[in-house]
Amino acid sequence: MEKRKKEVLVIEDILGSNKKIASSIRQKLEEKGILAVNLLSSPGSGKTTLLEKIGLKLKDRYKVGVIEGDIETERDAERIRKVGLPAWQITTHGACHLEARMLARLFDQIPADLDFLFIENVGNLVCPASFDLGERLRFVLLSVPEGDDKPRKYPEAFITSHVFIITKADLLPHLPFDANRVTQEALEINPKLEIFRTSAWNGEGLDNLCAFLEKKLQELRAKNA
Amino acid sequence: MHELSIVADLFTIIEEKASQAKASRVTKVRVLIGELSGVVPELFRSAFNSYKKGTIADRARLEIKITKVKFRCQSCGREIRTRDISAPDFSHSCPFCGSKEVELISGRDLYLEKLEIET
Ligand SMILES: Nc1nc2c(ncn2[C@@H]2O[C@H](COP(=O)(O)OP(=O)(O)O)[C@@H](O)[C@H]2O)c(=O)[nH]1
Ligand SMILES: [Mg+2]
Ligand SMILES: [Zn+2]
Repeated sequence: MEKRKKEVLVIEDILGSNKKIASSIRQKLEEKGILAVNLLSSPGSGKTTLLEKIGLKLKDRYKVGVIEGDIETERDAERIRKVGLPAWQITTHGACHLEARMLARLFDQIPADLDFLFIENVGNLVCPASFDLGERLRFVLLSVPEGDDKPRKYPEAFITSHVFIITKADLLPHLPFDANRVTQEALEINPKLEIFRTSAWNGEGLDNLCAFLEKKLQELRAKNA
Repeated sequence: MHELSIVADLFTIIEEKASQAKASRVTKVRVLIGELSGVVPELFRSAFNSYKKGTIADRARLEIKITKVKFRCQSCGREIRTRDISAPDFSHSCPFCGSKEVELISGRDLYLEKLEIET
């Protein structure tokens, strides 16, 4: 039989299945009034340390849970448990980002009465940006030692985020990092970014960030009411 | 390297569409990759070529079309094309009216556009 060639028009979103799972996670979390935050940064920018610090500040008044994404090891989840917060570890075994289906698998373990759910993504400023996890807010972190030229190098992470945090601000006096320049550049790429400057060492900015999170939680609850 | 997991999702769609169309083989796959999708075309291609082995698309040629970043100004409604978002002169404001209320309307997407199959 003669083989016939033909074209089939498809036009389908390749990330459609991830987006579908993410939307259903978002809907379930928001119905429960849980504010989910996805944290993106390079390895070592201070994601786990920031979560330890703001977790400690929030935990007396709120129920806070943390999902830790890492390529291997439970270490970050253990650090979070040490400060008295429930933590769930996802090890991706090689994958450089979290995907919505990885979260969906542990969804049943997340208590329905949480206020905040923080999701620490795998340390990487490129790949995680492409995957919606069903979060309501996305934070991108850049630490002072990484240098002030990063927003344009990683536009996807900055474009898809709602909040930009300059971490390790205690190092500003010691390093050639122009915080105004980096803020300006980030806003050129995404003018809607809310910008914070924090230090886990001297506590700078942590209360502001917590107040912002509380405001966002209230907005979510008001929407549900 | 998240291209491999994206290619895995692509193949799920390819297998499904090929079987719906009663294809015996897929000979060409055309995808649209947004400039701002975070996907590196060359990594995508090599992930595709290693993943395709043993599938219905094992001899398929991959065509990649890059889709440009485009914004729409919320205030004057005009479409804004940028040459390069990482260029030093890139600015997230409307060159026609100066408004900063611009919305990204394309350039982030990843689409399987079409397949060429043999039946
Ligand atoms: N100077 C300074 N160092 C910090 C700060 N926050 C974290 N670090 C250090 O940065 C390193 C990486 O932090 P970690 O929270 O594990 O980063 P992660 O990989 O993004 O989770 C650790 O050695 C921390 O002690 C900070 O605010 N200032
Ligand atoms: Mg960490
Ligand atoms: Zn305009």
